[in-house]
Amino acid sequence: MHHFHFGAWEGTIVSSESLVEICLHGRGGQGAVTAANLLVAAALKDGNKGVQAFPFFGAERRGAPVRAFARVSDGEIHLRSEVYTPDIVIVLDESIMRVVDVLKGLKNGGKILINTRKKPDDFDFSKKFKVATVDATGIAIKHGILVGGMPVVNTPILGSVPRVLDKVTLQSIQGAIKNKWAGRLAEINVKATKDAYDSTEVNF
Amino acid sequence: MTIMIDTGNYIAAKAAVMAKPDVVAAYPITPQTTLVEGIANYVGTGEFKGEYICVESEHSAMSACIGASAAGSRTFTGTSSHGLLLMHEMLHWAALARLPVVMCNINRVIGPGWNIWTDENDSISQRDTGWIQFYCSSNQEIFDTIIQAFRLAEHKNVSLPVMVSYNAFILSHTSMPVEIPKQQVIDDFLGKYEPLWKLDVDNPITFGNIIGPAGYYKVRRAMQDAQENAEKLIPQIAKEWKQKSGYYHGDLLELYKCDDAEYILLAMGAIGAESKVAIDEMQKKGVKIGLARVRTFRPFPKEEIVKLSRQADLIVIDRNISVGSEGALFSEVKAALYDKSDAKVYGFIAGLGGKDVPYYDVEIICKKAIDGKTKGYEWYGLEEA
Repeated sequence: MHHFHFGAWEGTIVSSESLVEICLHGRGGQGAVTAANLLVAAALKDGNKGVQAFPFFGAERRGAPVRAFARVSDGEIHLRSEVYTPDIVIVLDESIMRVVDVLKGLKNGGKILINTRKKPDDFDFSKKFKVATVDATGIAIKHGILVGGMPVVNTPILGSVPRVLDKVTLQSIQGAIKNKWAGRLAEINVKATKDAYDSTEVNF
Repeated sequence: MTIMIDTGNYIAAKAAVMAKPDVVAAYPITPQTTLVEGIANYVGTGEFKGEYICVESEHSAMSACIGASAAGSRTFTGTSSHGLLLMHEMLHWAALARLPVVMCNINRVIGPGWNIWTDENDSISQRDTGWIQFYCSSNQEIFDTIIQAFRLAEHKNVSLPVMVSYNAFILSHTSMPVEIPKQQVIDDFLGKYEPLWKLDVDNPITFGNIIGPAGYYKVRRAMQDAQENAEKLIPQIAKEWKQKSGYYHGDLLELYKCDDAEYILLAMGAIGAESKVAIDEMQKKGVKIGLARVRTFRPFPKEEIVKLSRQADLIVIDRNISVGSEGALFSEVKAALYDKSDAKVYGFIAGLGGKDVPYYDVEIICKKAIDGKTKGYEWYGLEEA
C-alpha cells in the first residue's frame, strides 16, 4: 500500500464543475431562508437535478444578521457541510455590510447581488468582484409587498437572480412563487420579480 | 410520482403519513419540532387519518406508542437528544415486548453544555435497547428508510422497533428534492399490519407478566435471533423497494467506489454523504480508496465489514464517543474483525458538538491514516475548536 501527498487546499470546491454555491445575507425575519428555498425550487424546475437550501444552523433572532445557503448543480449533491466559498453572495439588507464581511470566502471572480439604490461602481470592491444592484426595497414598496408596514424584499430580489445565475430563469422563479402563494399575493410578487429583473444593474 | 423539495423533517412527516400509521404520539423538541408540526399539519389537511396523541413528555410518547402498538396499531413517533434519553426505559420496553414501533431520531448533542447541533451520542447510547438502528445521509434516504422501516419492523421474523436517525439541521432543516411515489406503491409495499398478538378485550391475554430466569433467558435469545433475521431481511427489503420506487441506498452498508480499493473509509449519517466527495477527490489523486457508509448500527454489519477487510485496511470516523473507551463504530469494527482478519483499523473522532466536517477534513483524516501517522484512535480537529 502506497503513500500519497495532497496538494494544499486552495479554498475552492472542485467536486463538481457545475456546482454553484450561494450565500444569502439578511436580517432575521426578512425571509432569507424562504428566498433560498424558492431559488432552489426554481433551479429544479430549470432542470438542475441537484439542489439544496438550508439556514445557518443556530438560534435566530428577529433583526439580527442571518445567513442562508443554496447549492445548485447538474447532478446529485453529496456535500453536507456549510458553504464557505460561495460563487454568489446575495445581500437582502445593505446595512448588514457594515457589521458582516459579506465578501468573506467569495470566490475570485465571484458575483455579489445587493439590495441597494446605489450602482455597482459605487462599491469599492466592484473592481475585484462582479457586482449587481437592485432597489428591491423600492420595488417592494411600489407593489405593496409589505408585512406590518415593512417592505418584504426576499421575493423581489429573486427576480434579479437570473441576472447573476444563468442556471435559473425568471419564468421558473415566478413559477416557484405561484406554487407557494395564490391570488393577489402571487400576482404582486410575480410583478415585483419582473421589475427587479429589468432594473438590475451589473458591472459585468 | 412527484418531486417534493423540503427539509428532512417535512420529508419524514410525509413518509410517516404515507405509511398510514394508526397512531402517532409525540412531544416536540428542537430540532425534531418541524417533524411533529408537519404531521399535525396533515391532520389539519385530512391527509393523516390516524390518531395523533399530544403527550406531556417523551417518556409518555413512547409509552403511548407501546400501548397503541400492543393493541395492534401501526405506530410512529419522532424525537431527539434529551427526548430520546427520557424515553430510555420505554425503549427497552418496546423492544422486549417486541413491538414494531417506528421512530425518527434527529441526532442532536446531549447537554450540558447546551447545544442544538448534531452528533450521534444520543442514539449510540441507546445501542443495547434492542432497537434496530438506521442512519440516513440524504432526504430521499430518510423517506425511503421510513417506509422500509415499517416493513422490517412488522415482519413476523423481526417484530422489533426501528429507529431511523438523521443529523440535526444538516438533514432535518436542509431542503433537498425527494421523489415521492404514488400512495398505492406504498400501500402495496407495506400491506396491512398483522400483529402476531394484540391486546384485545374480546380475546383477553396477559403480556409482560412475571417470568422466571429460564423463560426470560429465552426472551433475550429470541430478540437476538430477530436482529439476525433483520440482518438478512434488510437487503431483501432494500432491493424490493428499489424495484418499486427506483431508489436504493445500500443494504446494511452502502458501498461507494470500493472496487480495487486498498483503503475503505467507514462513516455514518451525513458524514457518509460528504465523504463521497472526499473519495472522488482522493481517487482523482490516484489514491485507491472507497467508502462503506454504515446504514445500520443494529444489526451491525459484521460479515460485510469482515469481507471488506480482506481487501483493504479500514479507516473509521465516529461522530460519537464512548467516554472512557473510544468511538463506538471503531470498537464495533475491530470486534467484528477479531480472529477473522489482520487488516489495520484506524479510528478518528470528528464533528462532536455539531462541528462541521467538510470533505477536505475527511481527506486529511484519510491521509493521516494512510501515511501511518495515527496510533489507536485520534480526535480530529480538536485544536481548532
